[in-house]
Amino acid sequence: MNLFTNTVGRKILMAVTGLLLIAFITVHLIGNLTVFAGPDSINAYAKALHDLGPLVWLFRLGMLALFAVHITFGIQLYMENKAATPDPYAIEKTLVTSFSAKTMLYTGLIILAFLLYHLLHFTVQVTNPAISAVNLPLDAASRPDVYSMMVLSFQKVFISLIYIVAMVALLLHLAHGISSWVQTLGWSTGPSQDKVISIGKVLAIVYGLAYIAIPLLILARIVK
Amino acid sequence: MDLTLHVWRQKGPEDTGKLETYKAKNVSPDQSFLEMLDELNDDLIKTGQDPIAFDHDCREGICGMCSQVINGRPHGQQELTTVCQLHMREFADGDEIFIEPWRARAFPILRDLIVDRTALDVIMQAGGYTSCHTGGVADGNTLLISKPVADYAMDAAACIGCGACVAACPNSSAMLFASAKVAQLAVLPQGKPEARRRVLAMTEANLSEGFGNCTNHYECEAACPKGISVKFIAKLNREYLKSMIPSAME
Ligand code: HEM
Ligand code: SF4
Ligand code: FES
Repeated sequence: MNLFTNTVGRKILMAVTGLLLIAFITVHLIGNLTVFAGPDSINAYAKALHDLGPLVWLFRLGMLALFAVHITFGIQLYMENKAATPDPYAIEKTLVTSFSAKTMLYTGLIILAFLLYHLLHFTVQVTNPAISAVNLPLDAASRPDVYSMMVLSFQKVFISLIYIVAMVALLLHLAHGISSWVQTLGWSTGPSQDKVISIGKVLAIVYGLAYIAIPLLILARIVK
Repeated sequence: MDLTLHVWRQKGPEDTGKLETYKAKNVSPDQSFLEMLDELNDDLIKTGQDPIAFDHDCREGICGMCSQVINGRPHGQQELTTVCQLHMREFADGDEIFIEPWRARAFPILRDLIVDRTALDVIMQAGGYTSCHTGGVADGNTLLISKPVADYAMDAAACIGCGACVAACPNSSAMLFASAKVAQLAVLPQGKPEARRRVLAMTEANLSEGFGNCTNHYECEAACPKGISVKFIAKLNREYLKSMIPSAME
């Protein structure tokens, strides 16, 4: 079994983990968008997640494994590709590839850095303790007030900016990633290629803008 | 027309090499790019200089020997055309043209514009044999191959092994080349029996020969003089996945 060393094998592992990560960001986005439905919705959603108990930890372990595989092979393939490529041509010309395809490792690393910050901010709640749900009064239904934590956080320009920059990186990562996995898993047929690439870019923009809307609308005081 | 050429000159594999500038005078628009270089070389020889070394053989776009990156594009700016079939009418009087060899760690530069493409042969050899019946002439129509399958295999078989795909790839990957061979042989009765072994061996050779990994930039397809489609890379990925399934379940 050479899945872990073969050039295609490792690409397939990246595609499968990338796909599962997309499934995660889809569910996570839908959950987060409940903030626009008001405090009651998102606080109820947050409580429901917490009440899963040990399942939460099972889920976290799974996510850790996904990220570990995706990032390890991402960096490994990148290093090999660097090693295979000598000095550039005097005139560098690419015809069809995109900025997002060329920057996959960098946008990925920005997402990773953001992920660590994001966990410290909203999960461990140590970066801004004063406005963290653990230190805020419970809401009317005695649930942790996640809504107020989000609103108070994103009213700060610095925090909003971190989130917005990271979500632009996610948008770029997905702009290549979504169509790339279709090819990697061998689902492309010649004629469908261009359509798949376009759909991938449109979906990436939808994900990106939807995620950016949360800090942006709060920062603009449209959601209070 | 008169042109200014910036040509990569390198004495041998160990030399560092650099771009040198030459004037090509009275170039006819009807000349091919290689004929233009032939005339320049005549001038260089007459004036006691070292002629520019470059690869070529058939000069009709079928052997895959010619290999020059012209203004940053393998085989030059004309689509679906090898350097030998590129004509000077594609250029304008006074143009500056940069001419470089294929660049990839797996293709060491031997001299000037000539690179060693043995690594592609190693990938071919790794692919191994195909099973065919030998002996007396077989009866007509004993091996039925449908028209769509034959067309598909022919499209893949159009690859001339020039290596432009590697030269164009930001990762110096040889996946388009390997996929053309894998796809062609995986759909034909002569080749199908060895399909699992072949895809594994050819993808392994891609790495062991020092080529990079494909990350779906698709620059290869844009550079390929024979229009080999990246759909064959998707096919190679499928063949690889199939090879993971135990044979009893196929
Ligand atoms: C929510 C987070 C993420 C999602 C949804 C995601 C998704 C994807 C997808 C779908 C692909 C395409 C796989 C393929 O080519 O078949 C991909 C590729 C890649 N990802 Fe991620 N990824 C995420 C996080 C990261 C992180 C944290 C890194 C950190 C290094 C990273 C690095 C890469 C690299 C280097 C590639 C390969 C680029 C290429 O093949 O051109 N990703 N990602
Ligand atoms: S796939 Fe195209 S570019 Fe690559 S070796 Fe074959 S003919 Fe040349
Ligand atoms: S010299 Fe044979 S293809 Fe150009």
